[in-house]
Amino acid sequence: MTGLQVRNLTTLFDTPRGQAHAVDGVDLDVAPGEVLGLVGESGSGKSVTLRSILRLIRPPGRVTGQVAWQGRDLMALGPAALRQVRGGEIAMIFQEPMSALNPVLTVRAQIEESLRAHTTLDRAGRRRRAAELLDRVGMPDATRRLDDYPHQFSGGMRQRVMIAIALASEPKLLLADEPTTALDVTIQDQILKLLLDLRDSMGMSVLFVTHDLGVVAATCDRVAVMYAGRVVEMADVLDLFDAPRHPYTRGLLGSVPRGGAERTLLTSVEGTPPSLTALPPGCAFAPRCGWATEDCRSAVPPMEVFARGHAVACIHHQRVAA
Amino acid sequence: MRAARRWPATLVAGGIILAASLVLALVPSLVAPYDPDAFDYAALLAGPSAAHPFGADNFGRDMLSRVIHAYTIDMQIALFATVVPFLVGTAVGALVGYTGGLAEAVFGRVVDAVITFPFLVLVIAIVAVLGPGLRNMYVAVGVVGWVFYARLIAAEISVQRRLDYADAGRAMGYGPLRIIFRHLLPNAITPAIVYWMTDMALAILLGSSLGYLGLGAQPPTAEWGTLIADGKNFMTTAWWIAVFPGLAIVLTGLGFSLTGDGLAELLAPRR
Repeated sequence: MTGLQVRNLTTLFDTPRGQAHAVDGVDLDVAPGEVLGLVGESGSGKSVTLRSILRLIRPPGRVTGQVAWQGRDLMALGPAALRQVRGGEIAMIFQEPMSALNPVLTVRAQIEESLRAHTTLDRAGRRRRAAELLDRVGMPDATRRLDDYPHQFSGGMRQRVMIAIALASEPKLLLADEPTTALDVTIQDQILKLLLDLRDSMGMSVLFVTHDLGVVAATCDRVAVMYAGRVVEMADVLDLFDAPRHPYTRGLLGSVPRGGAERTLLTSVEGTPPSLTALPPGCAFAPRCGWATEDCRSAVPPMEVFARGHAVACIHHQRVAA
Repeated sequence: MRAARRWPATLVAGGIILAASLVLALVPSLVAPYDPDAFDYAALLAGPSAAHPFGADNFGRDMLSRVIHAYTIDMQIALFATVVPFLVGTAVGALVGYTGGLAEAVFGRVVDAVITFPFLVLVIAIVAVLGPGLRNMYVAVGVVGWVFYARLIAAEISVQRRLDYADAGRAMGYGPLRIIFRHLLPNAITPAIVYWMTDMALAILLGSSLGYLGLGAQPPTAEWGTLIADGKNFMTTAWWIAVFPGLAIVLTGLGFSLTGDGLAELLAPRR
C-alpha cells in the first residue's frame, strides 16, 4: 500500500455546550505524486482533518478512525516511530508563516534543526544543505540570508522558509494548511508554482487545504469538498468545476466571480453552517438546501460513487445535476 | 535590513555598576587601602577624613576597606542564593507548563501554599532550624525560591506551547524535550531573567537582613548586613559605620535593577 488512506476519521472536542464533531467520518485517499485539495468554508473541519492525520490534536480533543501511511497505521504508532514519520515522511506547512516560525531562532538554525532530526548529515553537510534548500525554494541571495531572523523576511519569503524547513527531510507527503491565504495574489501564485514544481521534481504528494476555489483550480488534481466536518463531494478537479453534483458545491462555485463572462450578481450560499455541537439529523446541509426533502432530514446520505472518480453524498444528486 | 542594535541606557548604567562591583568582589585587597580586620587604636570611631574616607569603627577598622571587602561575600550571596532557584525553577516550570493538565493544577496548589507564607519569615524559620550561616541560608532560599521562577516560566510556556510554531515543531517530528528547551524556552525565559536580576538585589537585602539578625554571615566577616548591625549602637555618635554599608547595598541593588530593566528592553521579542 502506498500513499495515504484515511478511513472514518472522526475528531471530537468536548465543549461546555456538548460534544463538537469537528471531523465526522472523513474518508480520503492521496496517491503518490497527487495533489488533493480539501475545500470548504471556515469551520468545516479542513484544518482539523489535517492536524488529526498527524495526531497534532491535543486533549480534550479526541481522534478516532484509521490513517494508513505506506501501509502503516499512524494512529497505532509509538512516540518514536511517530516522530520519524512526522517531518520525515509527512511534513506540514502552515497558514501564517510568521507564527509558525520560531521568532528567536535564525532561519539557518531552523532549517538545520530539521536536517538534524531527519538526516544523517554532519555539521558541515547540514550547513551546505541549508543553503541549497533556501536556494531551491527561490530565496534570492540565499546564503547571505541564512543568518537572518524570521521577522526580517516578507510574508512570501517566510512561507518559502517554512517550505524549505519542511523539504529538508525530502518528505513523500506535504500537508499544506492554507499556505497562501495570508499572502497577496502575486506572491500566492509564486508559492503555488513552487509547490507544483517541487511535487514534480521530488515526486511528492500534497494534501492541500484551502477555502479558495481559484487556488484549487490552479493546483489540484482531485478535490474533496467538506461541509460541517464531512466530505460531501469528491471528484477530479475538472469534473467538479464542470458538473458539481452536491448542492453545496454548486453554491460554492456560484459564489466565485468568473473572468470573461457577462457581469452578473454573485450568488451566495444562503444561511449559516450548523453548530458542530448540534448537527441536524440527516444531511447537515439540508437546512440551507433548496432541494431538501423529508428523506434528507432522516438519515445522513452516504457517499455514492456514480461515475469514475466522482462521489457525492446527496440523495438528490441526479436532480441537482439536471 | 539588519537593524543596528542599540544598547538600552539602563543596561549600560547597570552593567557599569555591576562590573565595578564584580571587580571589587574579586580583588578587594587591590583596591582597599587597609586590611579590613586590622585594629587601629589611634582611630577609634574616627569620622570620615582623608585617611579614612568612610571613617572607622569602634575598633578603629577602616570602614572603606570593610565595605569593599564585603563585596566578595555579598556578590557571592547575590549569585549563590539565586542561581539554583533560577535553574531548578526554570526546568520545573518549563516541564510543568508544557505538560499542562493535572501537573499544572497540582503545581499551582504548591505555589499557592508556598506564597501564602511571607518569604522572609519562611527563610528565617528554615535557617533557624538548620542553624545560622551562609550555607544554610543558600539552602533555605533554594528550597523556597525556585517556586517563583517556576511559576513565571510555567505561565509563559503554557502560552507558547499553544502557538503555531510549537505545533510546527511537533509536526516536524521533534521530541518534547527538544521542543521545550530549544524552541519554547528561549521565547519564554525573558521574564525569568529580568526577575533573576531583581532577585539578586533582593538576595543581597535578604543576606543583609539575616546578617543583621545574626543568622547569615558570622562576625568578623565583613558583610553589609552585619556591618550595619555593628553600627546600630553608634548611630547617634558615629553614623558612618551604618550608613556607608547601607549605601553600598542601595548602589548594588540599583545596579541589578537597572540591568534587569535594560535586559527586558533588549530581549523584548521583535516580531
